[in-house]
Amino acid sequence: MRDTLTKVASYGYAGLIYGFIFLPVAVLVLFSFQDGRLPVPPFNGFSLQWYEAVFADRKLMAALANSFMVAIVSSVIACLLGFLAAYALARYKLPGSALQRGLLIAPMTVSYLIIALGLLTVLNTFGIKLSLWTVGIGHVVINLPLCFAIIFSSMGDHHINIERAARDLGANDFKVMALVTAPMLLPSILAAFFLSVTFSWDEFIIAFLLSRFDVTLPVEIWSLLRSGLNPKTNAIGSLVFLVSVAVLAVLELTLFGRTKKS
Amino acid sequence: MTAPVSVHNASKTFGAFTALNDVSLDIKAGEFIVLLGPSGCGKTTLLSILGGFQSPTKGRVTIGGKDMTSVPPAKRPTTTMFQDYALFPHMKLRDNVGFGLRMRGMAKAERDDKALGFLDLVGLKASADKKPHELSGGQRQRVALARALAVDPDVLLLDEPLGALDLKLRRQMQDELKAIQKRVGTTFVHVTHDQEEAMAIADRIVVMNQGRIEDFGPPADIYMRPRSVFSAGFMGEVNFIPGTVKSADAGSALVETAVGSIALPIKSFTVSAPVAGQTITLCIRPEHFRRAGEAEGPVASLGEATVTGSAFFGTHYRCHLKPSAAPDLTVVAHMPQSAAVADGQIVPLAVNLADIVALPSGGN
Amino acid sequence: MSTMTLEDTERRKAWGFVAPALLWTIAFFVVPFLFMAAMSLWSRQSGQIVRAWNLDNYIAFFAKDSLFKGLVNSLEITLIVTVLSVLLAYPLAWIIAERVPKRFQRLALIMAVLPFWTSYVVRSYSWLLVLSKNGVINQTLMTLGLVSEPLEIASNRTATVIGFVHFFVMLLTLTIYANLIQLSPNYRRAAADLGANALQTFWHVILPLTLPGIMTGAFLTFVLCIGDYVTPQILGGNNELVLPQIIMLQLGRRADFPMAAALSIILMLAVTAAYVLCARWLKIERA
Repeated sequence: MRDTLTKVASYGYAGLIYGFIFLPVAVLVLFSFQDGRLPVPPFNGFSLQWYEAVFADRKLMAALANSFMVAIVSSVIACLLGFLAAYALARYKLPGSALQRGLLIAPMTVSYLIIALGLLTVLNTFGIKLSLWTVGIGHVVINLPLCFAIIFSSMGDHHINIERAARDLGANDFKVMALVTAPMLLPSILAAFFLSVTFSWDEFIIAFLLSRFDVTLPVEIWSLLRSGLNPKTNAIGSLVFLVSVAVLAVLELTLFGRTKKS
Repeated sequence: MTAPVSVHNASKTFGAFTALNDVSLDIKAGEFIVLLGPSGCGKTTLLSILGGFQSPTKGRVTIGGKDMTSVPPAKRPTTTMFQDYALFPHMKLRDNVGFGLRMRGMAKAERDDKALGFLDLVGLKASADKKPHELSGGQRQRVALARALAVDPDVLLLDEPLGALDLKLRRQMQDELKAIQKRVGTTFVHVTHDQEEAMAIADRIVVMNQGRIEDFGPPADIYMRPRSVFSAGFMGEVNFIPGTVKSADAGSALVETAVGSIALPIKSFTVSAPVAGQTITLCIRPEHFRRAGEAEGPVASLGEATVTGSAFFGTHYRCHLKPSAAPDLTVVAHMPQSAAVADGQIVPLAVNLADIVALPSGGN
Repeated sequence: MSTMTLEDTERRKAWGFVAPALLWTIAFFVVPFLFMAAMSLWSRQSGQIVRAWNLDNYIAFFAKDSLFKGLVNSLEITLIVTVLSVLLAYPLAWIIAERVPKRFQRLALIMAVLPFWTSYVVRSYSWLLVLSKNGVINQTLMTLGLVSEPLEIASNRTATVIGFVHFFVMLLTLTIYANLIQLSPNYRRAAADLGANALQTFWHVILPLTLPGIMTGAFLTFVLCIGDYVTPQILGGNNELVLPQIIMLQLGRRADFPMAAALSIILMLAVTAAYVLCARWLKIERA
């Protein structure tokens, strides 16, 4: 009797929280199909007109492409630098290695706004023009600690002899990294990469402060918001959500499903 | 290929800890050498210095007559077989074995061919397309051997490669290692803490303790004619009987012990000639005790002793004895299977003079 | 051949590998930060930045109510959000870890964080759809006849808190679940064996063991919440500005970089203070 009661209470509570978590997203997606000018009740009927409007919006499409570029390039750089640093600090005894690790992790503890503002003051002082490149630089700053931390923590001691063996058989450091270390750590390197891509893709404040004419998707959506409640915003928001979930599902089923087995 | 290896006065310190203390060693080309000692004795450090994973704080290493002291592992004519095998987990066996050849720029077809040949050598040709995690421990060990040999090293360094295998497999792998070494002719330097393994495979054994070499020679010499108390004890069970040299001349020495005076031939002193008044330790292996009348050649009699305990070991009885002349001393002796021993029985103790080794007491 | 030992050559190579990351962090994080710290000591007079060292910006911050109130708002909202999020997320994480059958746990967890994958900006916007005057909640309540006038739930502190809590409940569910799942079931068995009931077990065993994890999650919530501009800007209206909004105001309308820099330093000090408190409190707990 008491068991059923706690069970009902448990599932009731979980249901409520899941409802809270999904409410805005459900509303967002539902009213992206609104046949009308306002994405609020009543629901007038099903229409794809706002998706058409999204695809017809050149600026939005350009921002989408920009975001994609910035996310990929900055994540590749962050992963590469993070990997090299993790390799050096995990495999060699360097003076002040604790300090170095602290320095590399430090940007993680500082608000993005502050990082963006600092970069902005420096760029202004040196007269460097804002562009997607400056956004990318900022995104590497925030993603490098993440990539470094993830890859560093996966460099176990049990890999040391394997790398030694490769070196012993004639591989130089770059060959050891490319042919032995990176393939062994592939799951965590990929995890770091995809996490970086996600963060960069979704990052607003750095992209907002460090870009000028070419902007990324979150910044373009931000300017859409000035028009108030607009089903077009629903449509682009739903689109990003559904594509992300689809990518996530594919990754879950292929990549992470596979690593679990082996 | 094969090459001689020399270590000249090598020392290695880590802060205040001395891992290797002024070690010199000459290894002939094509020898199977075993570095033997307890953990922390410096054997693995010495191997690392030979392989180029560490450089000595002092001293030099030459291989094939060339100075290798500060040459990195990749440029040395050595390869190492690691204790945990260190196979590349993401590569097929074929690619594991061919890795060193790939690093030397050999074309894919040729190195695949060669890799298959080496896999064949260790009996794993049929598994060339498997990955390491599909293999048993013994098989992984063979792949590691094939991989290390594939680049045709002058010297193969083996870091306790059999340590993770169970006893039966270990014995089998020892035989295989020895056979393969004979076939390829490469100089093997093998680290272990198992003295039976050392005797089973080595041409010569290096016994190490606390960063120093205690003894160096063929297994039979090390066992029968040890040159240090540590070496004698590490190679197998032994009875230590303290004594004092009463007098010594060119041919023999009179040694006084708690179980009587013994006239030892000069040959028994393996380290240095006896000097009157010197305190020494006599080493007698349990299997060297003879009952009076059974011995051949000159015999030392150690008086009578009482059996205080015995156990049957298959090939022999292992008995604890208390000499009548020295009741504080406990002696372990092996009696033949046929000897019906009983507690309290009194037996006469005798040893062939040639089997007794006399070492200076007090450390090394 | 030089006289360098193997270890020396190795170390030189290692510096080469770690250098790019260090240089990047120094050039684009440390130096900008020092620049900003220096700039916070300058001032802006009649449209020009004056490079005279003084504490005017910091003094102005404590003197001007409009600026100081920003920090107070930030701290109040962040504290409310952190506490609410932990209180709401812990039971959910516990239910997923304890009540949901093992093979559905991963699915339950993925579902609990699925809205993470909406764009951050869009997530706040979608709460507008729910909370605004003609939004889902108000229209539902009016249709049901429960209220006659739409409730004022958007464009104020409540809306900001709801938007934040939504995000951090997901985050904390994830971290707390990870914490709960790695506890050995033997703790629970041992406690039950010694006569503790479910509640006692939770209070005396499970909660203390998961506390460090909760504190880490709470600190993360604090840092992300206090530094966020998007959520309060979209949901909070114009009455109770938080510190990031005030910083952005200095940048935008007034182009007062020195003041923005000073406010950023203050924001960072607030985070550092929170960290020190968290760390100390945890240490006391453990001792």
